[in-house]
Amino acid sequence: MGTAISISGLVKSFGTTRALDGLDLEVTTGEVHGFLGPNGAGKSTTIRVLLGLLRADAGTVSLLDGNPWQDASALHRRLAYVPGDVSLWPNLTGGEVIDLLGRLRGGLDPRRRAELLERFELDPTKRGRSYSKGNRQKVALVAALSSDAELLLLDEPTAGLDPLMEAVFQQCISELKGDGRTVLLSSHILAEVEALCDRVSIIRAGRVVQSGTLSELRHLTHTTVIAETSRPAGGLAGVPGVIEPDLSDGRVVFRVESDHLDEAIRHLSSLGIRSLVAHPPTLEELFLSQYGDEVERDVDSEQALR
Amino acid sequence: MSTLTGTGTLVRLILRRDRVRLPVWVLAILGVVFASAAAVQSTYTTPTEINSYATTMGNSAAAIAMSGPPTALNTIAGITIYEINVTAMIAVALMAIFLVVRHTRAEEEAGRTELLRSTVVGRHAPAAAALLVVGSATVLVGAGLTLILLGQGLPTSGAVLYGASIGALGLTFTAIGACAAQVTEHPRGALGIAAGFLGVTFVLRAVGDVRDGAASWASPLGWMQAARPFGDERWWPLLLLLVFAAGVLALAAELTTHRDLGAGLVAARPGPAQASPGLLSAVGLATRLQRGSVIGWTTGMLLGGLSFGSFGREITAMVEENPELAEAFAQAGTADLVDAFFATALVILAIIAAGFTVSSALRLRSEEASGRVEPLLATGLSRTRWLAGNLLVTVVGTVVVIAAAGLGTGLAHGLATDDLSQVPRLLGDMMVFTPGVLVLGGLGVLLFGWAPRASAVTWAGLAVCFVVGWLGALLELPQWAKNLSPLTHVPDVPVESVTAGPLLALTAVAVAMAGAGLLGLRRRDVG
Repeated sequence: MGTAISISGLVKSFGTTRALDGLDLEVTTGEVHGFLGPNGAGKSTTIRVLLGLLRADAGTVSLLDGNPWQDASALHRRLAYVPGDVSLWPNLTGGEVIDLLGRLRGGLDPRRRAELLERFELDPTKRGRSYSKGNRQKVALVAALSSDAELLLLDEPTAGLDPLMEAVFQQCISELKGDGRTVLLSSHILAEVEALCDRVSIIRAGRVVQSGTLSELRHLTHTTVIAETSRPAGGLAGVPGVIEPDLSDGRVVFRVESDHLDEAIRHLSSLGIRSLVAHPPTLEELFLSQYGDEVERDVDSEQALR
Repeated sequence: MSTLTGTGTLVRLILRRDRVRLPVWVLAILGVVFASAAAVQSTYTTPTEINSYATTMGNSAAAIAMSGPPTALNTIAGITIYEINVTAMIAVALMAIFLVVRHTRAEEEAGRTELLRSTVVGRHAPAAAALLVVGSATVLVGAGLTLILLGQGLPTSGAVLYGASIGALGLTFTAIGACAAQVTEHPRGALGIAAGFLGVTFVLRAVGDVRDGAASWASPLGWMQAARPFGDERWWPLLLLLVFAAGVLALAAELTTHRDLGAGLVAARPGPAQASPGLLSAVGLATRLQRGSVIGWTTGMLLGGLSFGSFGREITAMVEENPELAEAFAQAGTADLVDAFFATALVILAIIAAGFTVSSALRLRSEEASGRVEPLLATGLSRTRWLAGNLLVTVVGTVVVIAAAGLGTGLAHGLATDDLSQVPRLLGDMMVFTPGVLVLGGLGVLLFGWAPRASAVTWAGLAVCFVVGWLGALLELPQWAKNLSPLTHVPDVPVESVTAGPLLALTAVAVAMAGAGLLGLRRRDVG
C-alpha cells in the first residue's frame, strides 16, 4: 500500500495566529481517513495546504507523491475537492457548474453525473443564487463524485445535508472505497466517520493528537460496563483499572481500562451476574476524552461566574 | 413593533463599520473642491481675466456641456461655481449611490440583513438606517461646500444656496440608490442602474444646456443647476429635487413591501441543465460572468459618444454666428475649436471607460473573496491560466467599450456635418486612449497579486485620472503629479498628432504591472 498523503511538522500562521502547529498526518492509499476536530482546530487550513492554495511556513507535505504547492495543477487532475462552504456563481446553473468543474479537472463521466443527480435529487437547472446551503453542497458533491479522481478531499461535505441525503452520501463513499479510491473526510458527524472510516486522526489546536484505526483508539480508552448482580458490588472500587463505579438498586455502572476488563468481569462474576451490558467507547466518547479537559474547564468557568 | 424599530441601533452599526469610509468620502470631495475654489481665486484676479473667462467659457459648447448654463461668469463667485460644479455634483451623487447600495442590497445579498431582521428590527429599519446615514453625509458635504465658499470670501446667500442644492442633489441620489437596490438581487446590478440613471440625467442636461434648455428640465441635475447661485438665485428648483426624492423613496418603500427578503423584482428562470462547450474554460467562464457588464457598458458608451459627438456642429455654428468669439479663441491659442472640444470630450469618455476596466480587473478579487475561486483552483486550472482568462476578457472588453465611445462620437459628428470620414478619424483618436486606460487594469492586477485586501485602491487610481484630466490645469498641478495619470501621457488627440512612443511605453507599463501581479498571485496564499 502506498501513501496518498504524508504531512510532517506542518506549520502555518496567519499573522500572529498559529493555525497549524507541527501537524503530522499520514493517509494510506485506498483508505477512508476521518479527520476530526472542533471548529478552528485547523482542518480546513490543512486541506487548503494540501490543495496548494496556502503555502506552508514549515514542514513537509507530500500529496500523491508530489508537492502540492509546486505541482498543483498536475496533482489536481487526480483529485476532487468539496469545500465546506460552497459558494456558487449566482447566474450559472448547478448543471453548468458541475460541467465546468468536471472539464477543468479533465473530464467527467456523463452517465455517473446523471445517476448522481438522481440519487441526490438535485435539480441542475436552478441558478446558483436560488440553491439552499444543502443544495449548493450537493452541486459540489456531484461534481466531485462524478469524476474518476483517485483522491477525494472532502471538507465537512455533509454539514448541510438532510438525513436521507446523508445516507446517500455514505453509500457513495462506500462504493468509492470498494473501487480502491482514497478519501480524506473532515467531519463533525461522528456517526458518519464511525460508519465510513478505516482510520481516524483527531486534530486539536493545529496538531494531530491521536491517529489510528478505531479499534486502536478504543483500546487506549475505557469500556463502559452496566451490570446487575445478586450481591451488592461493593468491592469494585478496589479492582485495578475501574473508574467511578456507581451503585444503585443492585445495579452498577462503571468504566474500566481495556487492559483490566478481565479482572473486573471476574469480580462481578463472583457476585453473581444477573445481566451484563458492556460497550466499547463510542467515537463521541473518544472525541470528548481528547477535549474533556476543555469541556471541564468551560464548566468550571461557568460555575465560577455564578 | 413598528416597521422602523431598531433603526437607531442600525445607524450606530453603519457608523461603526464605515468609521473610515464615510470621512474619506466626505473629506476627499471637500478637499478637491477646496483646492479648485482656492485655485480659481488666485488665477482670476483682474477684471480683464474675469471678463475673458466669461467670453470664452460662456460661449464654449464643451464647457456648457460639462459645467452647465453659464451663470454670473463675470464675477469671481460665478467662475468658482462653474469650475467646481461638475466635480461636486458627480462626486456627491456617486457617494450617495455607492454607500446606499453598500448598506442595503449588498448586506441583503450577503445574508447579514436576514440575521439582523430575525432580531427585534422592523422591516424598513435597515433601509431607513442606511438612508439616514448617507443622507446626513450628503447634507454634510453640502454644508462643507458652503463653508468653503464663505471661506473664500464669496457672498453668503449664494454660498448657502449652492451648499443646499448639492445637499438636495445628494438626497435625491440617495433615494435613487435605495430604489435601484430594490430592483436587482445583486449590488452590482443596483449600482449599474443607479449609475446609469446618473449618466442619462447628465447627458440630458448637457444636451438641454447646449441647445434650448428644454431637455435640462427632464433631469434632476438640471433642476439643481437651475438654482443659479450667485446669479438670480432661486430656491424653488430645490423643492422639485426634494419632492422627486420623496417620490422615489415612496416607490422604493412600495417595492420593499412587495418582495421577499433577498429577492429582486425579477424572478430567476430555470437555466440549462448542462453547460455549453463555450463555458468550459477559464476564458469561457470569465466571458460568461462579464458578458452582461460588457454589453451594458458598450451601450452606455455608445450613447455617451453619440451625445458628445452631436455637440461638434453646435460649436461650428456658434463660431460662424460670432466672429469675435473665434478671434478670442484664436488668441487663447486654440486653432480649431471643434478639435479642441473633441480633445476634451475624448479624455472624459476615456476616464469613464476606465471605470469598466477597473471594475472588470477587480472581479479577480471579488471572485477570490467570495470563495468561488477555491474550487476552481482545486481543479487542473492553474493560477496563471485563471488570471490570464480573466485578463483577456478585461482587455477585449476595454477595447470594445472604448471603440463604442469612439464610434458613437464619430457617427454623431459625421452625420451632423455630412462628413462620414469623421467616423474612422474620431474612432481612431478614441482608440489611442486604450493603452493608458489599460494601465489602470494593470494597477488592479498588481494590487490583487501583492495586496489583495487593498485591491479597491485601484479606484483611487481612476480618481487621480479624473482630478488630473479635469482639474489639472486649474489646480496648476506640478508636472510630476500630472504624470501620475496614465492619460497624461496619451497624445492630446485630435489636436496633437499620434506618436507611437508613448503608446508603446504605456502598453509596456500595463503589461509589466499585470505580469508583476501574476508573480505575486503565484507566490501568495489564495482564499
